[in-house]
Amino acid sequence: MHVHKYEKWWLTFGTATLISFLIIIGVTAFHAGAHPNNSKWTIDYEKVDQIAPFDNPGVHKVENKDWDYEVVLVASAFSYNPMEIELPVGSKVRFIATTKDVIHGFEVAGTNINMMLEPGYVSELVTTVDKIGEFTIVCNEYCGMGHAMMYSTLKVVDADDNSSH
Amino acid sequence: MTTAVTNKEVKEKVQREKSNFKKADFIKVDRKDAKLALAHLYVAFTALLLGGLAGLLQVFVRSGAFKLPFGIGYYQVLTVHGVLLGLILTTFFIMGFQFAAVSRTAGTLSNTQRKLGWLGFWLMTIGTIAAATMVLLNEASVLYTFYAPLKAHWIFYAGLALVVVGSWIEGLTQILRYAQWRKENKGETSPLLAFMSVVNSLMWFVASLGVAIEVLFQLLPWSLGFVERIDVLLSRTLFWYFGHALVYFWLLPAYMIWYVVIPKVIGGKLFSDALARLSFMLFLLFSIPVGVHHQLTEPGIDGFWKFLQVVLTFFVVVPSLMTAFSMFATFETRGRELGGKGVMGWFKQLPWKDSRFLVPFIGMVAFIPGGAGGIVNASYQMNQLIHNTIWVTGHFHLTVATAVVLTYFGASFWLIPHLTGRKLTDRINSLANTAGILWAVGMFIMSGAMHIAGLLGAPRRSEYSTYGGSEQATEWITYQFAQAIGGTILFIAILLIVGVVINLLWFAPKGEEEFPVAEAASGSSRTPAILENFKVWGVILVALILIAYTFPIIDIISNSPAGSTGFKFW
Amino acid sequence: MTNHKKTPNDSLKGTLYATFGIGIVIIIVWAICFNLFIDRF
Repeated sequence: MHVHKYEKWWLTFGTATLISFLIIIGVTAFHAGAHPNNSKWTIDYEKVDQIAPFDNPGVHKVENKDWDYEVVLVASAFSYNPMEIELPVGSKVRFIATTKDVIHGFEVAGTNINMMLEPGYVSELVTTVDKIGEFTIVCNEYCGMGHAMMYSTLKVVDADDNSSH
Repeated sequence: MTTAVTNKEVKEKVQREKSNFKKADFIKVDRKDAKLALAHLYVAFTALLLGGLAGLLQVFVRSGAFKLPFGIGYYQVLTVHGVLLGLILTTFFIMGFQFAAVSRTAGTLSNTQRKLGWLGFWLMTIGTIAAATMVLLNEASVLYTFYAPLKAHWIFYAGLALVVVGSWIEGLTQILRYAQWRKENKGETSPLLAFMSVVNSLMWFVASLGVAIEVLFQLLPWSLGFVERIDVLLSRTLFWYFGHALVYFWLLPAYMIWYVVIPKVIGGKLFSDALARLSFMLFLLFSIPVGVHHQLTEPGIDGFWKFLQVVLTFFVVVPSLMTAFSMFATFETRGRELGGKGVMGWFKQLPWKDSRFLVPFIGMVAFIPGGAGGIVNASYQMNQLIHNTIWVTGHFHLTVATAVVLTYFGASFWLIPHLTGRKLTDRINSLANTAGILWAVGMFIMSGAMHIAGLLGAPRRSEYSTYGGSEQATEWITYQFAQAIGGTILFIAILLIVGVVINLLWFAPKGEEEFPVAEAASGSSRTPAILENFKVWGVILVALILIAYTFPIIDIISNSPAGSTGFKFW
Repeated sequence: MTNHKKTPNDSLKGTLYATFGIGIVIIIVWAICFNLFIDRF
C-alpha cells in the first residue's frame, strides 16, 4: 500500500499534535489534579433532605481540610438551594451537590465549574475562586418545563477585614 | 454537467474523455431497487421540512420576540427537531443511499434481499410514526436523547426500537448482497462503495446494541410499569455507547460520497482505494469505544476510564486527517490535469458551478472548524469549559447539520434524478447552488453565534429566559438574536432544497442522470486483502469495546444506588 | 501530462499546504480554548 511522502508528513504532524494535546491535558489532570467531577459518592435520592450534609445546604466555613469552604447544594425541579452563594475571593472551595429528582446541570457561567447532578449520586468539585464577580448559575441539562427558570448566583467578593485567612 | 475548460488542449482532453465513456458509467440502478431507495428519500426529505420548521420556531422563541401558539411546548418542538433531523432524516437517507450504492456497484438485489429491505423500511416508518405521534401528543417531550428519569409514554420508546430494528434488517440486506458479490467474485477486491456501506452498517449494528439494550431492558419495562426503578447512570452509559458511534454512522456516508463520488463528479480518479478502506476500518474500530467522552462531567465513572476513552477518541481523529489529505489530493491532481499551475492554481479549475460538487464542498469546509471544536470537546477536563452550553449545539450544526447534510443534498441532486429517470437541469442546478450558499451564510451566523455564546456560558436546550435579568444572560440573548437571523436564512435554504427535490422527483425533464462512481487511477497498486478481512477487524473491535467498557459498566452496576422512579415534568 | 519537468512530489504541494493549514487551525482553536480554560476557575 503506497503512502505518499506528504501524507506521511501530514499524519506525523497531525498525530504529534494530538499526542501533545493528550500529554498536556493528562499531566494537568493527573499531576496537578484538575479533574472534572469524578465523584463515586452515592446517596438515596428520595431521602436527600435528611442525610448530612444535605440536611443543611449552604456555604460553610471549614477547618482542618484541604479547602476553606464547603458549598452544599441541593437541586430539584426547578430551583437550587441555596439560591445565592457568596465566597471571599481567593478561597479554596469544595462544591458538593446532588439532585432530589431528575438530572440537573450545575454550571457557573464564565467558569469551569460545570457538572451533572444525577439522582443517587453526589457530584463534587474543588476549585479556588480567584476572580471577583457575580456569576449566574444555570441548569444546563433539560429537566422539564421550568428548566430555563432554574438558576442561582455565585458572588465572589473582596475578602473583608474580619475574615480569618 | 461539463467541467470548466480553459484552453484548447484541455478542451480536447475533455472531449476525448467524454467519448471514452465506458459502459460502466451508464449503469443504472435497477428500477425495483430504485423504488426502495426512493421510498427512503421521501421520508428523509419530509423529515427535513418538518424538522427544519421546528428549528425555525425554536430560534424565534429564543430571540424573545415570539411565543409558540396553541399551547405547544418549546421542549416538545425541540424533541421534534432532534428526532426528525438527527434520527429520521439521517437514518432514512443513509439506508436509501446505501441501497442504491450497493445495487449500483455490487449488483441488483435478489428478490429475497429486496423483500427484506422493504420489511425494514416499513418497520422503520411505522416506528417513526408511532414515536412522532407520542411527541405531538406531548407524551414524550424528552428530547432525542430521552434521558431517564424523565419518563415518556412507552409507545415512544417502542417506536424508536422499531426504527432501530428496521435499520438492522436493512443493514443485513446490504451485507447479504455484499457477501453474495464476494462469493461470486472470489479473491477480487470488492466494489468500494459497497464495502463502505457494509462497514457502516456493521458499525451501526454493533453500536445500536447499546441503545437497544437500554430500550428493551430498561426503558420499556419501566415505562410499561413492569419495573418501578431504573439505573439512570447505566441507561446513560448505554445510550452514549451508541450515541457517539451514531455521529459516525451519519458521517461515513458523507465520506463515501467524498471518497468515491466527488472525484468522478469533477472528472478525476480515486486517490487511493486502499487508504480509503483503511480509514473506514479505523472508523469501525474507534467510533464505538469512546462514548464516555459525552459523560466527562458525570459522577459515578472513574477518571481513569474517562481518560482512556478520551485517548481512544483522539485515535478516531486520525482517519479524518487521512480523509482530508485524500480530498485535497484528489482536487489537486484533477486541477493540475485541467491545466492549473502553481502551488494553489489548480483550485480554480474545480467545477464551482456544479452543485454536485459545490454543495458538498461547502460541507467539507465546515468540517474544519467542526472537527477542531470536536477535539476541544473531547479534551477531558477542558470539556467543563463547554459542556451542555450552546457551543455544543454550534459544533454539531457544523458537523452533522452542514458537512454531513450538505453532502447528502449534493448527492441527492444526481441520485434522485438517476432513480426517477430525469435530469438535473441548469436552472435547478443554479437553485441548488443558491441553497448551498444561503446555508453557508446562515450557518456561519447561527453556529458562530452559538460558539461564542457557549463560551460565555449560555446553556443549550433552553427556551427563552432572562435568568432573573443577570448581566451574563442579557449578553446571551444578543447572540440568540443572531441565531434567529441565521436560522431564518437556513430555513429559506431548506425550502429551496425541498423545492429542488420536488422538481427532481416529479417535474424535471426525463433523461439520464449518471450515478458517478470513481475508478482507481491507472497504475495504482492492488488493495491489500487484509483491509477486507472483517474477521480480523471484528475481533479487534470487540477487544476494544471490552477494554473500554467492561470495568466502567461493572463499576456502575455494582456501585449503583437505588434506581429512579419516573418523572413527567413537562 | 503537465508534470514532466517537476518531481512527482510537487504535484501534491498544494495538498501539503492545505492539510498543514487545517492542522494550524486545529492547534489555534485548541490553544484559545485551553487558555480560556486555564484563565477561569
